[in-house]
Amino acid sequence: MTTHKNPLNTYKEIFNGTGLNWLFPWVHGADRAEAALNLQQTLIYATALVLTGLAVAFAFRCGLFNIGGQGQYIVGSVVAAQMGIWFASMSPVPHVLFAVVAASLAGAAWGGIAGLLRASVGAHEVITTIMLNWIAIWIGLYLIQGPLQDPRAKLVQVSITKDVSPGSKLHVFWGSAVLQGLHIGFFVALAALVVYWLVLSRTTLGYEVRAVGFNAEAARYGGISVARNYFTAMAISGLFAGLAGAIDVLGWEFKLDQTAITTTSQIAFLGIAVALLGRNTSVGVFLSAILFAALITGTSTRNLDPSVFRPELAGNLTRIIQGLVVLFVGADLLIIYVWQLRRKLKLGRPKGLPQEVPQP
Amino acid sequence: MIARADTVLELGRERIASPRAAAVFGIFLGIFAFWLALPPVATRSIVVPVLVGAVAIAIGLWVVRRGDLRPGWGAVAAGIVGVLGGAFATRAATTHLDEVITWSALVAATLRYATPLTFAAIGGMFSERSGVVNIGLEGMMLMGAFFGAWGADVTNSWIGGLLIGMGFGAALAFVHALFSIHLRADQIVSGTAVNFLALGITGYFFIDIYGTNGTPDNLAGIPDVHLNFLGRIPPNGLGTFLDDSFGQLNLMVWLSLAVLVVSYLVMFKTPLGLRIRSVGEHPRAADTVGVSVYGIRYACVTASGALAAMGGAFLSIGFVHSFSENMTAGRGFIALAALIFGRWRPFGAFGAALLFGFASAVAPRLENVESWANYGTLFQALPYVLTLIAVAGVIGRSIPPAAVGRPYAKQ
Repeated sequence: MTTHKNPLNTYKEIFNGTGLNWLFPWVHGADRAEAALNLQQTLIYATALVLTGLAVAFAFRCGLFNIGGQGQYIVGSVVAAQMGIWFASMSPVPHVLFAVVAASLAGAAWGGIAGLLRASVGAHEVITTIMLNWIAIWIGLYLIQGPLQDPRAKLVQVSITKDVSPGSKLHVFWGSAVLQGLHIGFFVALAALVVYWLVLSRTTLGYEVRAVGFNAEAARYGGISVARNYFTAMAISGLFAGLAGAIDVLGWEFKLDQTAITTTSQIAFLGIAVALLGRNTSVGVFLSAILFAALITGTSTRNLDPSVFRPELAGNLTRIIQGLVVLFVGADLLIIYVWQLRRKLKLGRPKGLPQEVPQP
Repeated sequence: MIARADTVLELGRERIASPRAAAVFGIFLGIFAFWLALPPVATRSIVVPVLVGAVAIAIGLWVVRRGDLRPGWGAVAAGIVGVLGGAFATRAATTHLDEVITWSALVAATLRYATPLTFAAIGGMFSERSGVVNIGLEGMMLMGAFFGAWGADVTNSWIGGLLIGMGFGAALAFVHALFSIHLRADQIVSGTAVNFLALGITGYFFIDIYGTNGTPDNLAGIPDVHLNFLGRIPPNGLGTFLDDSFGQLNLMVWLSLAVLVVSYLVMFKTPLGLRIRSVGEHPRAADTVGVSVYGIRYACVTASGALAAMGGAFLSIGFVHSFSENMTAGRGFIALAALIFGRWRPFGAFGAALLFGFASAVAPRLENVESWANYGTLFQALPYVLTLIAVAGVIGRSIPPAAVGRPYAKQ
């Protein structure tokens, strides 16, 4: 490290910044209150990361790479915000449900476009989802600068929407509702993990999706419609990402501004790392979402004392760690294969490696 | 029998008037319809563009009926654009039009915005033509942008900056190559990882070296090329136009054009290019005749990193003369789109880069006009919609190199 500080101390500070020390019974008094605040932050991030992670993981199981979580997240958040602003006279519970469902369906539609293009004309989903991300970003920016802009903000030329109506905000069950306490969206994310597992391993739909993901040709031979599953998988992926956008807007953002469209939505990119590290399983996605969320809050400007370690540096180190995780997790199968190859070579019989990457 | 008779008939007609040529004429007519309504002609009558556009649509429909679907629909689309755009422009205030459409400034800005995309897209072409998907272009550009600025600061010369930036871009590309060629990781996953890495590395060193103050103001910049003789070309209007468009461009803009031509020649006119393409289309066959698949792929991916980094370095030390975190802001992905839009060909990719550049050049000018400000933002989405349509196969199927994305195992 270039800072010549005690690394152990730095790690300890980062760990305390995550709020995970709240779990230790010996933390008392002011420390405990602060830890609770930090842990709420971590879990709010984890909520979004679980859902965006699932958005990537579900498509992965079908052999698709959903890089378009960002666009689906934006579409979800815009729809949720607008639904939260409209229908202010609805009673809270149906209003929240209505906004969340509408946003999820919008995300599903956005993801479904990519799925449909893949299924019908074979357009590669990586390219189409990147394009859809940018279309969502620009349309989102246009909406918050124009039609959805708060009339009061128009006078001072700020691109910001109105606040969603109080009835559409998610209930905060831990901490202060004003200071971004933990909202019930966290349980939605947990439920989504269970649903993900149930759908994939206990339903025909999940079986077909996994079959296509393992080997599309064999699945086709087995009578499974590959095209339909591509569409379904991308739509369900988009559903998860749209849900993440809705929960962030209704849980703690309450309105949309430029940062929400361009920066906050990048949490969907982190979903790729979450899904890869979690090996596309429910439990794995949950644990890696907690890990990445902890890394974000632990190294945030607010929680990390600059005299210990500069938070801007730590934030970038987090990104490097994310990069290395994706790089090596992406290659882990291969490291095993290379290792096996060594052994085979020692036996004196070089042999062609099986193709481990599914053929597109 | 009937089908065969049709074909013969079709061949006979081909000699009279080639539908394809007619379609190209229709496309130009559609654009011309729009142009008539813009300065300097700026006709105020809605009839003119609508009439000309309608002719373009008619030609397009005729071509479609003759069975040449792709150019035909292209002409129809151009005609519709001409009618709608022309109708819109004739209803807009002339002062607003003049404010947005200054052709010479638009040409210069288009080239300037297209340059980083051109470098990165051509880099991507080398990588993908050799069979390695490169969605790490974004990260490689970012490396070039930061280390270009850092190199210019340390060596106090823009050449040093450019070379250092290219070196780091190539180094990052080498990591991508190592994982996707030898370790046979999923190339898209590896590219994503490389993007994360570049974001972290450049951000870390930027904060560590320059802190919150940013890069120094006196950063050595890539010079502009002044072509004063352009202004003296007769007639006077043309000379001024040429001077305003091409007289003050950055050296890197010209360099990108040179790279474009050279890469075309290398890729399609040399044995090396043939080898690169063969490795990307059928690595086993190339291997059989003695072409080193791994060697070609390593070289191509590394070169793509260096080229993308040139685009990044142009951004930091040729365009804005400073570095900020994540300053490439997705341009690498746009370059990738340009590459696909341009069907993995250098001039195609350059054309697409010009389209994207044009959108970036027009948008801020639209925002200058108060009542159009919002449409400027919306306008920026247009190139992505077009790319989506192109990828979806309406404008014509983009067919990637056959072996792209597939790791190759030697036998």
